Amino acid sequence: MALQSLDIRRRSATTTRSPDIRSISTGGGVAKLIDTTKCIGCKACQVACMEWNDLRDEIGTNTGQYQNPHDLSESSWTLMRFAEVESPKGDLEWLIRKDGCMHCADPGCLKACPSPGAIVQYANGIVDFHEENCIGCGYCITGCPFDIPRISKRDHKAYKCTLCSDRVAVGLEPACIKACPTGALVFGTKDDMKLHAAERIEDLKSRGFENAGLYDPAGVGGTHVMYVLHHADQPQLYSDLPDDPHISPAVRVWKGVTKPFALALMGFTALAGFFHYIHVGPNETDERDEAAARDLARKQEKAP
Amino acid sequence: MTNHWVDIKNADIVLIMGGNAAEAHPCGFKWVTEAKAHNKARLIVVDPRFTRSASVADVYAPIRTGTDIVFLGAVISYLLANDKIQRDYVTNYTDFTFLVREDFAFQEGLYSGYNADKHSYDKSTWEYETGPDGFVKTDPSLAHPRCVYQLMKQHYTRYTPEMVERVCGTPKEKFLQICEMMASTATPTRAMTIMYALGWTQHSVGTQMIRTAAMVQLLLGNIGVSGGGMNALRGHSNIQGLTDLGLMSNLLTGYMTLPGEKEQSYADYIATRAFKPMRPNQLSYWQNYEKFFVSFMKAWWGDAATADNHWGYDFLPKLDKPYDMLQSFELMNQGNMNGFICQGFNPLAAAPNKGKMNASLAKLKFLIIMDPLATETSEFWRNFGDHNDVDPKQIQTEVFRLPTSCFAEENGALTNSSRWLQWHWKGADPPGEARSDLEIMGGIFTRLRALYQAEGGAYPDPIVKLSWPYAQPHSPSAEELAREYSGKALKDLADPKDATKVTRKAGEQLAGFAELRSDGSTASGCWIFCGAWGPTGNLMARRDNSDPSGIGQTINWAFAWPANRRVMYNRASCNPDGKPYNPDRKLIAWNGSAWGGADIPDFKADEDPAHGMGPFIMNPEGVARFFGRKNLAEGPFPEHYEPFETPLAANPLSPKEPLALNNPAARVFPDDRKAFGKPAQFPHAATTYRLTEHFHYWTKHVRLNAILQPEQFVEIGDALGKELGIASGDHVKVSSNRGYIQAVAVVTKRLRALQVDGKTLHHVGIPIHWGFKGLAKPGYLANTLTPFVGDGNSQTPEFKSFLVKVEKV
Repeated sequence: MALQSLDIRRRSATTTRSPDIRSISTGGGVAKLIDTTKCIGCKACQVACMEWNDLRDEIGTNTGQYQNPHDLSESSWTLMRFAEVESPKGDLEWLIRKDGCMHCADPGCLKACPSPGAIVQYANGIVDFHEENCIGCGYCITGCPFDIPRISKRDHKAYKCTLCSDRVAVGLEPACIKACPTGALVFGTKDDMKLHAAERIEDLKSRGFENAGLYDPAGVGGTHVMYVLHHADQPQLYSDLPDDPHISPAVRVWKGVTKPFALALMGFTALAGFFHYIHVGPNETDERDEAAARDLARKQEKAP
Repeated sequence: MTNHWVDIKNADIVLIMGGNAAEAHPCGFKWVTEAKAHNKARLIVVDPRFTRSASVADVYAPIRTGTDIVFLGAVISYLLANDKIQRDYVTNYTDFTFLVREDFAFQEGLYSGYNADKHSYDKSTWEYETGPDGFVKTDPSLAHPRCVYQLMKQHYTRYTPEMVERVCGTPKEKFLQICEMMASTATPTRAMTIMYALGWTQHSVGTQMIRTAAMVQLLLGNIGVSGGGMNALRGHSNIQGLTDLGLMSNLLTGYMTLPGEKEQSYADYIATRAFKPMRPNQLSYWQNYEKFFVSFMKAWWGDAATADNHWGYDFLPKLDKPYDMLQSFELMNQGNMNGFICQGFNPLAAAPNKGKMNASLAKLKFLIIMDPLATETSEFWRNFGDHNDVDPKQIQTEVFRLPTSCFAEENGALTNSSRWLQWHWKGADPPGEARSDLEIMGGIFTRLRALYQAEGGAYPDPIVKLSWPYAQPHSPSAEELAREYSGKALKDLADPKDATKVTRKAGEQLAGFAELRSDGSTASGCWIFCGAWGPTGNLMARRDNSDPSGIGQTINWAFAWPANRRVMYNRASCNPDGKPYNPDRKLIAWNGSAWGGADIPDFKADEDPAHGMGPFIMNPEGVARFFGRKNLAEGPFPEHYEPFETPLAANPLSPKEPLALNNPAARVFPDDRKAFGKPAQFPHAATTYRLTEHFHYWTKHVRLNAILQPEQFVEIGDALGKELGIASGDHVKVSSNRGYIQAVAVVTKRLRALQVDGKTLHHVGIPIHWGFKGLAKPGYLANTLTPFVGDGNSQTPEFKSFLVKVEKV
């Protein structure tokens, strides 16, 4: 079945069943592979993202680094992050990482979101925000182990990379992939991207990068945006890419284990009320109760 | 480029030096990543800064700015000493065996014939020794002390790894590691490509730096082969086309040259350019100079160019001196140039020493700006506070601003670094009152011509007789001009072997420059472009990317000059018998009766290799030169000279000769010499460069680019930051002896302190892209700081090496 299917697999804060009549995506869904070892930090991906998605961030300032804009924002869904690292041998490395949504298989944002249908996960793996349903609570930020979503000050809604779900829906690659001049960004089925990564890792090992590897963290069920890293043993070298990302325990407990209990408790309360009504009947007052209450009130007023 | 962008994927070693391809040519850089990913290529980057290119390199070595000849000279020395040369190639295809005149000499940094008062050489001794047969003498045994091999070996003995460490600041081990990697390509089946750009051209010894690298490539047998070459990465769109079409002040089209004022005789002009072979049976293709020249004159002056008037030779100006950019602005500054048409050029930002530029432009009577953007130059007279602190009341220059269309708003061809003329089609109408450059120039010309026709003048002929056959004289079309520079037959052309047969009818477009004639029967505005618009139509518009060779030889994509050839000197990819050195990357071969293959042979198509014709057919020697003869200003072998603003007191290679501290043959105007700074006051080595987020001074007018790099910054190393108490994000003042700029400091590990001649030296990196016009945050023009001196040959300004002082604001 085609990868561009936009069948929804999961929706935030919704219990009704997702449609599953159509055959779901093959090849493990879609994936973007970011080869940090081929990336030259040219920011063509940032431009392509802004152009395709009609985004224009502020013309900012320079804070003493190449990274611009300074951080992800509601108008900057992807960003090159630059890190200067000295190897134990004394050689310098300039590790450049394209940051943005990782499109987790187990998306913390979706789990945390309390607004029905504001965050969805498609059958091909893309995690998308439907801002018209967003209430701006910011739980998605808490839920994200990669600190990706940003809330706009203007419309108080959360934004992030869509993996160009609109382009993918019609069989095109995401805009950043199209713009990348060096082939550091590639796109396809997740299975194919893993094969491509394996070839790259072999090449890197031949160049002395013994710990070259693929970043597809299991803690979030794997991701649909993966990295080839020279130092897969030290992801934090790449501008604090998490070593072993997990959904925040608060979200996990609150939306995971606690949720059925909470729902059960709410159900039990309602049920108890119902049975009370059936067996005891409604709570009603008659004229005698009212007169007794008036007498009590008068006595209290006369008391010194 | 001798080769082309796609061919870089065939390299085994890629050296990026004197450039930063990942930064400035990110799209072309894909072929480097391709070579690494699928050809197991190793990438070497040598640069004062750890650049974006270095970030994906296998080996990076730092180097002090302006010392590349020391580094490369030491590579030559290493290759010769360790016999890591492709011997078959160098002995057959270079001047290794040629003998040099006995009176040629070199001592303490100066060659024979130096005139210290004129800062120039009498070059008569810089020549081969000729035998009684008129040919150059050779010694195939290479034992003769005056053969080029021996002289070169001797010359570079001073260039040692220790000297590299001392002068360049490059650690010796890194240098030797790089030598070893380069040397691996001395075998016929491996190749190294060298990619360079303004990091070599923008030095007072830029041309010689490039020549040294070319010599390394020749020693390794890497010229003319797939995956090899000397590859100049051209920047500004169509700067390749600019030189091809002769827009340098000393050039005509196709690298023909304007006559000097002493060359009043047409016959002498031709004779000194149509070189006779210097060895037996050599092609010496410039012997056809007159065919190219006459065809050019017919294209420009049509029927007014006749055999009787030497094809209009008198119409051409005869130069008393070069009129390059620096000379022109010097004349302007002296008040000797009163009007200036500034077309697609922003000299206030792009020329050195902004203070001098401001003063020069203020002396003009009129300034015409043709540009799509409101450039700094067009508002040089306006006060922008500290960024352009001038008093408009004191400036009387009248400025006309003529808005032009952009390249995407017109049809035409752009020539890329690969020498491909690629036709492009108009994508949108220009905004407002903008007109194409062709329409503006056409309008100016037709009005000027009318004035000369009405009023005459001292010598109006070159203008009133200029051929102007365009359908709309005020607005020639790109198609008309393309057909003109490609060329056509003016009469029926008869087959030279059979006069009864007509090979080309009058009026037909020509297929190539082999059809050009010196009798006035052909016209071609630019001989190297001949055939681009041939009898079958516009070859520049071809978009067939099929590659039967598998090595990226897409010869039906666009048109490559010359003759649609993709790899120049490709005869040298075969051994003397005509068999490819590397059968896996075969460009051409001799099949027993003709040359052919995946490329257009750069050779006489039916020349039997047994006859010994050399592969470098443009040289009268037939071979490539290590000994540069009289071709360059500084001397036949590249020699290191310090930048004009150097942190050193003496040239470590010629410590006893003060005249050899800087380029002894460079032209420096007296006021500019006074404006040079000294290391006591300006202790840091500075270099200017471009960033990938911006294109020159254009894209600061574009919001998307301004978002990516919004504000001016300079880069300093951690060590200098610590020394001066500057942290990333602080504001700093950077001054040279000519002015100052202020910017945000980016303090980085990527600029490391170097140990040079026993002292610690810091580099300061200055990106150029900001100015006082545009959408990005207003800034200072970086060229406020740069020195007004050029390369000794090309006069390209020394933007890459000068001295500054950094202070915290």
